[in-house]
Amino acid sequence: MPRETKIVIKDFNFYYQSSQALRNISLTIHPREIFAIFGPAGSGKTTLLKSLNRLTDLIFGTRHTGTIFLDGADIHGPQLSLTHLRRRIGMVFDLPTPLPLSVFDNVAYGPKLSGTTQKRRLAEIVEKALRAAVLWEEVKDRLHTSALRLSGGQQQRLCIARILALEPEVLLLDNPCSGLDPISTASIEATLGELKKEYTIVLVPHTVQQASRVADRAGFFLNGEVVEEGPVYQVFARPKDKRTEDYVTGKFG
Amino acid sequence: MVYRTRYITQGIAKVLIWIAALSTIGVMILILFQVLAEGLPVLHLRFFLDPPKSMGREGGILPTIIGTFALTVVAILFATPLGVGTAIFLREYTRESRISRLIRFGTDCLAGVPSIIFGLFGFVFFVIFLNMGWSILSGGLTVAAMILPTIISTAEEAIKGIPPSYREVSYSLGGTRWQTVTHTILPSALPGICTGILLSVGRSIGETAAVILTAGSSLLMPTSLFSPIRTMSVHFYILAREGISIEMAYGTGAALILLVLLVNTVANWLLNRYIRRRA
Repeated sequence: MPRETKIVIKDFNFYYQSSQALRNISLTIHPREIFAIFGPAGSGKTTLLKSLNRLTDLIFGTRHTGTIFLDGADIHGPQLSLTHLRRRIGMVFDLPTPLPLSVFDNVAYGPKLSGTTQKRRLAEIVEKALRAAVLWEEVKDRLHTSALRLSGGQQQRLCIARILALEPEVLLLDNPCSGLDPISTASIEATLGELKKEYTIVLVPHTVQQASRVADRAGFFLNGEVVEEGPVYQVFARPKDKRTEDYVTGKFG
Repeated sequence: MVYRTRYITQGIAKVLIWIAALSTIGVMILILFQVLAEGLPVLHLRFFLDPPKSMGREGGILPTIIGTFALTVVAILFATPLGVGTAIFLREYTRESRISRLIRFGTDCLAGVPSIIFGLFGFVFFVIFLNMGWSILSGGLTVAAMILPTIISTAEEAIKGIPPSYREVSYSLGGTRWQTVTHTILPSALPGICTGILLSVGRSIGETAAVILTAGSSLLMPTSLFSPIRTMSVHFYILAREGISIEMAYGTGAALILLVLLVNTVANWLLNRYIRRRA
């Protein structure tokens, strides 16, 4: 039986002003799985993530060919609402990016922009999102202090809570554990395990080991190309391509 | 030997830099001291609350305080939305292009125009052509044009200094461009924008040449935006220039300095509170 699909990327090429960042990417991502995109720096991982929710539109002088489908609809299609797309596909960046607002206002930012103004409703959304990001217990007594005062790991979970507050369908996590200590990393990984039950997650892992710990399937990126993709055990334990094997075993990277 | 010369150069540089820094304070203290020493004896509560008598030889300066306040408020109210709007346009709604270069060139030119020219322009355009007469409105609009470049460039610098990640986050949470501006860009740029406004308040309060040509020099209490007024700076100028009363001129000067200090202190206090709440 063919599995359901959430995101289908087809023959996708992406260019910054003069250089090509992605070459002929074709990938399928299923609902409620963690798909890890891994590879050395500069291999196009972040560019692919930002293409999925069209944050690349903010960069001047970029263009693309090929198509990306979300639930069968072209995300570059004319009838698609860009703000709606970004609410359905939430993104967490590689460094924690709290806005200079209180913990509460950071999480309520998205819902407020999409028109939720009722105080009690916002409070419910914020609590639910913080609980889902496994942060509630740590911050429930200081919801109104500045988010900049949280620790790095807490800030990153706050960023996850911030996108969960929009009840998205897909989470794009761009190396959410870079710059975090092992304890914070473990707390984020545990959170990912919980989130997988409801969300489709595309993750750029911090290390190859992290990918093997949390992901269901993985794709190895090199110089803007997908070298190999498949179930995690296969990509890491029995890679088909020599380059994947060399990277996974640490011969380069 | 090489070590010795380097040591001496270092010493000389240090002395010169200290002299530069201290002379700034020195100039400020000299001016403050002179004006306050001459002016403070005149400053009683009645001086602030009474209207002037016999052209300002006696009595107080209440109408000029009201006039200064009204003119400054009008100037700021017109210049701030225009200036901040221009800065937002330049930073958030357009990239480096022919139109943005043209706007920047225009602002730079405006910043270099002497204030008396603004006065002449305001006189011909607002006072005569638009028939607004010598009034708070004519004066305020003229000063607004004068302070516009300051507000634009400080607001633009403030917006430029906002981390790009704030923008990315706001857009990635489904914000539109305008929502990103109102919810993220403006709150983060507010301290910088306020600094520009404060500088402009100082300039509006202190401006004389442009104001005397557009707001007039009436000593009567203003009753509407179309009333002619005399600001404190103009009052000071007329009292001193026409030899009416040097004593009262210094009194006005001292009141002016105290007013500017008060505005700056209060504004800085509010700003610091705002910044601390967000950090």
